[in-house]
Amino acid sequence: MPKQSPVPNDLDRPFWDACNDERLVLQYCDSCTRWQHPPEAVCYECKSAEKLRWRENSGAGVIYSFGVIYDTPIASLQFDQPYNVAVIDLDDAPGLNVMSHLPGTPADAVPIGAKVRLIFETTPATGQKVPEWQVVS
Amino acid sequence: MTTEATEVPAGDVGSLYRTKEGLGVWKHRGKVAAVGIGHSPTMRRWDERPETSVGAWAILALRKAMEDAGVTPDQVDGLVLGEETTTGSFWPAEKPIPEDFLNAFQQTDNPLDGLAKLSAAWILKNMPELTNVKTVITAPVCMSMVLTAAIQAVGDGRTHTCLVLKGWHNFSGRYYQGGANAQDTVAGPGKFGQALAGPASYGTAMQFQRYLHKYGKTHEMMAPFVVNSRRNGLLFPEGYWAQHRPEPLTAEDYNNARWVAKPANLFDNDIPIQAAGAYLITTAERAKDMRQKPVYVLGHAGAGRFENGLYLGAKSRGVIETLEEAQGNAASTGRKLFEAAGIQSTDIDFENMYDGFGLFHVFHIEGIRYAGIKEGEALDLFQDDISIDSAFPVSPSGGNIGSGRTRFWNHTDSIQQLQGRAGARQMKKQVEVGLSGGFMPFWSNFVVWSSSPD
Ligand SMILES: [Zn+2]
Repeated sequence: MPKQSPVPNDLDRPFWDACNDERLVLQYCDSCTRWQHPPEAVCYECKSAEKLRWRENSGAGVIYSFGVIYDTPIASLQFDQPYNVAVIDLDDAPGLNVMSHLPGTPADAVPIGAKVRLIFETTPATGQKVPEWQVVS
Repeated sequence: MTTEATEVPAGDVGSLYRTKEGLGVWKHRGKVAAVGIGHSPTMRRWDERPETSVGAWAILALRKAMEDAGVTPDQVDGLVLGEETTTGSFWPAEKPIPEDFLNAFQQTDNPLDGLAKLSAAWILKNMPELTNVKTVITAPVCMSMVLTAAIQAVGDGRTHTCLVLKGWHNFSGRYYQGGANAQDTVAGPGKFGQALAGPASYGTAMQFQRYLHKYGKTHEMMAPFVVNSRRNGLLFPEGYWAQHRPEPLTAEDYNNARWVAKPANLFDNDIPIQAAGAYLITTAERAKDMRQKPVYVLGHAGAGRFENGLYLGAKSRGVIETLEEAQGNAASTGRKLFEAAGIQSTDIDFENMYDGFGLFHVFHIEGIRYAGIKEGEALDLFQDDISIDSAFPVSPSGGNIGSGRTRFWNHTDSIQQLQGRAGARQMKKQVEVGLSGGFMPFWSNFVVWSSSPD
């Protein structure tokens, strides 16, 4: 569904550039062997910037929970109400989660625990691609 | 600001809070007390009269708190407040500030001061009777943060007779609409999460959905809590519903209410209002000579972290805080509170933990093991008697759900219950120890109150 186009900044530009190539990259600290998302200037654990790199992630995951939005203040989402917002636990980045509109899943029919796969959507305002997740049938 | 008043630097304010486990019993246990309470009236939205501005109502609340405590303004030597007064409503940039408001008050450099924010300088300019304020602290956001800062400051000897203030404005127009939410692009941290959802209650709703799934519960099991909160709120003469819409709420009303972010419905969200509240905090020693019975502080603690001089919420691992993280934060806060106050969960006679949004009240009371419950059991507790006449009253203040969004009814009620002057809300059972605070499990401060300093 149409949503706001994220505007990259210096910190998260590699993430958004990778999305435009239909790849998911997340920060990873080689010293702590730890994934980190959303992006930060340093590893939250060891405070190192040098050991932090962008690492590709499969994006495979499982639905942790969800809410169904009936009254959003965000103009570009109002047309699609009610819509799902699910939280996805990423298989390959233990402890990390991301949020998704679960395209293809009817509102309020979200199967907690179901497997999901990564796709990409193009946002209308700037053409920036964003990651999304779909239930694996 | 009077020339001799000293503002505690922002970088130092963080040192007033207790956010770690293992700090031991609070060193000022029983030596600080709340005595006076002052409330302004409430209104849904500002009617643009100078005498109902958040600034005017703040002054009113402060004067009432002093009068209630039997303290004269020249005896006050400290002022602690939260500068922000928005609940999500902003004065439109293109709209002129009413002339009669500007003429009614001494203004600071910021023309919105007293109208859409409250600085200590504005208060002191407009309360010339406060001639002896020596210490000023601007604390983060909520009354719980403001009150805790004042309590610690009194304990530390920075002030001995301290006014505590929190005001909220609410203007006409729909909440959070416009601004960044009206744009077709998004910058800032919201682009990884909140920009996909929208309503502020989404995170709590999502955690609650997981909770229902994990423990096999239903949203309807919240109904007795919300009905009880409204009932208690209607017994709170200072509150919004009691003053303006004295309508009881039924379980059917609750279960049929429209969704905002399912499973959070309209009544799981608190109603934004305009109001101000104030307390007078002092030493246990001075409190003895004041007009009301002192209510002693046994300890305080909360969840959060300090970074670059700012008090921030406990960090979540991913984009959004999970249920388990919220539960972990709530349980840790419980342990910190018991440690600080030197009490056990079973010593707590009543709880006034925060409820705006109502759904996370569940996480808070499980975190302190109220009534002996553990994770997954709060909704079962709600199916028993939780009224003010029960053995384990839940939210006797009625909280934000019962009286509107201020985040201070819970503190007022705790103090009044222990003073024995909660009026129609006074609990049947004898009470000695209670606690109140907020706001969310990841970012909070709570106070353990007692009718006795021991
Ligand atoms: Zn690291």
